[in-house]
Amino acid sequence: MLKFVETLYLFRSLWAVLAALLVGALLISMTEVSAWTAYRELFSGAFFDYYGVASTLVKMSPILLAGLAVVIPLRAGLFNIGAEGQIYIGALTASMAALYLPEMPAFIHISIVVVAGAMGGGLWGFIPGYLKAYHGINEVIVTILMNYVGINLVSFFAGGPMMQEGAPYPYSPEIAEHLWLPWIMDGTDAHAGVLVGIFLAFVVWVAMRYTTIGFALDTVGKNLTAARYAGINVKRQILVSMFVAGAIAGLAGTFEVIGLKYRLYHMFSPGYGYDGIVVAFLAGLNPVLVPLSALFLSGLKAGAHIMQRATGLESTVIDAIQGLVIIFVAASLAFRFDRTYWRRVLDSRKALHQTLEQKT
Amino acid sequence: MNTYLSLQSITKKFGDFKALDSVDMDIAKASIHAILGENGAGKTTLMNIIYGLYQPDGGRIFLNGNEAVIPNPREALHMGIGMIHQHLMLVDTLTVTENVILGLEGVGLSISLKEHEERIAELSREFDFEVDPRAEIWKLPMGMRQRVEILKVLYRDVDLLILDEPTSVLAPNEIEAFLAGLDRLRAAGKTIVFITHKLDEVAHVGDRITVMRHGKVTGNTDIEHTDTREMARMMVGRDVVMELEKPDIEPGGIALEFENAVAINDRGLPALKGVNLSVRRGEVIGIAGVDGNGQVELAEIATGMRQLESGSVRVDGIDVSETSVHERRHKHCIGYVPEDRHGTGLVLDFSVSKNCMLRDFSERPFSENTLIKSSVVDSIAEKWVEDYDIRLQSIYQQTRFLSGGNQQKLVFAREVESDPDILVVMQPCKGLDIGAIEAVQNTILGQKRAGKAVLYISTELDDILAVCDRICVMCDGEISGVVTPEEATPERMGMLIAGIREASTC
Repeated sequence: MLKFVETLYLFRSLWAVLAALLVGALLISMTEVSAWTAYRELFSGAFFDYYGVASTLVKMSPILLAGLAVVIPLRAGLFNIGAEGQIYIGALTASMAALYLPEMPAFIHISIVVVAGAMGGGLWGFIPGYLKAYHGINEVIVTILMNYVGINLVSFFAGGPMMQEGAPYPYSPEIAEHLWLPWIMDGTDAHAGVLVGIFLAFVVWVAMRYTTIGFALDTVGKNLTAARYAGINVKRQILVSMFVAGAIAGLAGTFEVIGLKYRLYHMFSPGYGYDGIVVAFLAGLNPVLVPLSALFLSGLKAGAHIMQRATGLESTVIDAIQGLVIIFVAASLAFRFDRTYWRRVLDSRKALHQTLEQKT
Repeated sequence: MNTYLSLQSITKKFGDFKALDSVDMDIAKASIHAILGENGAGKTTLMNIIYGLYQPDGGRIFLNGNEAVIPNPREALHMGIGMIHQHLMLVDTLTVTENVILGLEGVGLSISLKEHEERIAELSREFDFEVDPRAEIWKLPMGMRQRVEILKVLYRDVDLLILDEPTSVLAPNEIEAFLAGLDRLRAAGKTIVFITHKLDEVAHVGDRITVMRHGKVTGNTDIEHTDTREMARMMVGRDVVMELEKPDIEPGGIALEFENAVAINDRGLPALKGVNLSVRRGEVIGIAGVDGNGQVELAEIATGMRQLESGSVRVDGIDVSETSVHERRHKHCIGYVPEDRHGTGLVLDFSVSKNCMLRDFSERPFSENTLIKSSVVDSIAEKWVEDYDIRLQSIYQQTRFLSGGNQQKLVFAREVESDPDILVVMQPCKGLDIGAIEAVQNTILGQKRAGKAVLYISTELDDILAVCDRICVMCDGEISGVVTPEEATPERMGMLIAGIREASTC
């Protein structure tokens, strides 16, 4: 019985999501559309329709990678709110590598583009990591502020030095077709970025669970003094985790350019970096669950439009539900399994049953 | 004697642990009453009872001759009892006046700051505190902040002030001013109870002292009728002396050596003032002394957790002062059982099994090519649990849920089993029962037999006497003397602990 209660606690993210959907249903039922129809359209559109699934996977690629970019530093106790900026800078450096390097074999060029994107994002993660490790400056503030710098740097380049001649608004020229990522579903936008994301999630999971790298990172996150005592180089852990996180977010930006838009647009991300935070917490900081929670969130986003078209219900209600998911997941973190409490409760129940049985 | 506060057989239990065991105490009006004792002796618990933070499980309290029940701090203040905690509780960004009137009853919404400012200034003048009521707290030095705390309770018109280790946050020159301040308070008719474990301060200003040890009162006397030596003896005490057979082996070469080691503590105050000390192979050196005299810093200097300001640490003659914790552990083979097992020695959120590999996770057999060998780790954990009698439900259990004594055994097992050349242990017997203490001490002697160098730091003299070959006494960041167990009479130890020096090298 105790085991059962503990398992219930383990799935608290799931209960939080269900609670959010339930409250969302209340919101929807205030309109003429029934909640049942709305949700049916939403989920069948997002997960059981060919083009709907493609649209979900397109959004899943950046959200999943951003989720990993939040999970890794968080295991070391660092809040990376900067995935958004890291996505932008990754897209910027990747576009530069794609547009301005001399002719070379496609295979080499695409590798360079991907590495450039990762390095750009990595740098954007390294800076707050360095400031935190060596000067004790709060990484939350630095990463938030650097988001604005990153977003506006892209706006500057896409609207200035890199702007396509005669373009109606800021975007760069198109990158060469041989640099485009392959598609994974015929006739859709769904590109291979999501596969890379799932692969990386698996790699990060193995590293966190089975290697000394993950052990050191977890130790730093759970007890800094003990980490020092264990001989772990805490500063290096902070630097490396922030760099790797930035690099993964940079990949998200890179894939948006070479997988979806083929140009560098200004303001191209609708906040994927922030979605990454939701995804990380929804997954309970477990890298292997990040793809699942990213799939759910991107499904909500993709399904919202399908639902709007099918039912006429404003897709903004899904934004509200997404907000509810955040609130409920955050609230669910407060519920920690208290073994002694539950043992006492269950024992007293058992005692009650026994006395009742004796009386009858 | 005009008794202000009288405690009669006060008892307080936390679970099975008796924090206070039938404590009696009389505190005279307009006097300074010092309460002396080591950490964990029950001083703070007793004061929290007087201040209404805890309710006693037994015993009676008399205030001005009438039996009193003190339900909470608010009522305590009404009765004229104020307490100043060890950690100052001030809002840094507010001014002195704002801090003093914070939470004051009857202030309401309309605050006339000016009026309060004047009254606080007047109060400050009355006691020569020199506090500017308009100064913001964060700009003030520690000594001033403490006076603000005192003003805070004086402003509430209390008769009895309880001060919990007030001098621990002060620099030496501030301490003198603080003690003078206590004098003036007494002259103004206030009664002061102050907790400390520094003997010389008591000798300076106290009228009467109560010495506590393990939750009991071991001495109750006028300052005039005693001296620091006597106080130290009451404080350290001698209950049971366990007889263990020390292996008689010839010590080898010097393994660990400190030369003129100078270090500061976390608050930036001098903690080690030129310590010279050497530990040979096959030798157990004890460091005795009252808590907070530089022992933690000494251990941290040895293990690389803290950097020296000047001087050096050598291992086998090689200067290791600049090396990292990792190098000291793995290259110079130093094992370390820290005093603070929760904060330093263990990750409480990790399983027992993970804590077993906390220090050697990057080495064989725990891992190979960065891959952790979980099954090996688990079998090692199982073995240690068996060998060191660590009581738990499973090695996958969160370490948080182990009892304190079992957590202590876990740290001890890990450090000893890493087979170090040098073992630094601090308070390894804290929280253990008699049987477990004996096991720990036998293990230490086993290390000696195996030719290891052991630095054994403890405030418990009995533990030290049981295992050590030589005993260095630390006082105020210096070694005040070195004795063999045979020479360690209570009188002599008391003198050394009180800082009356004999020699400077060990």
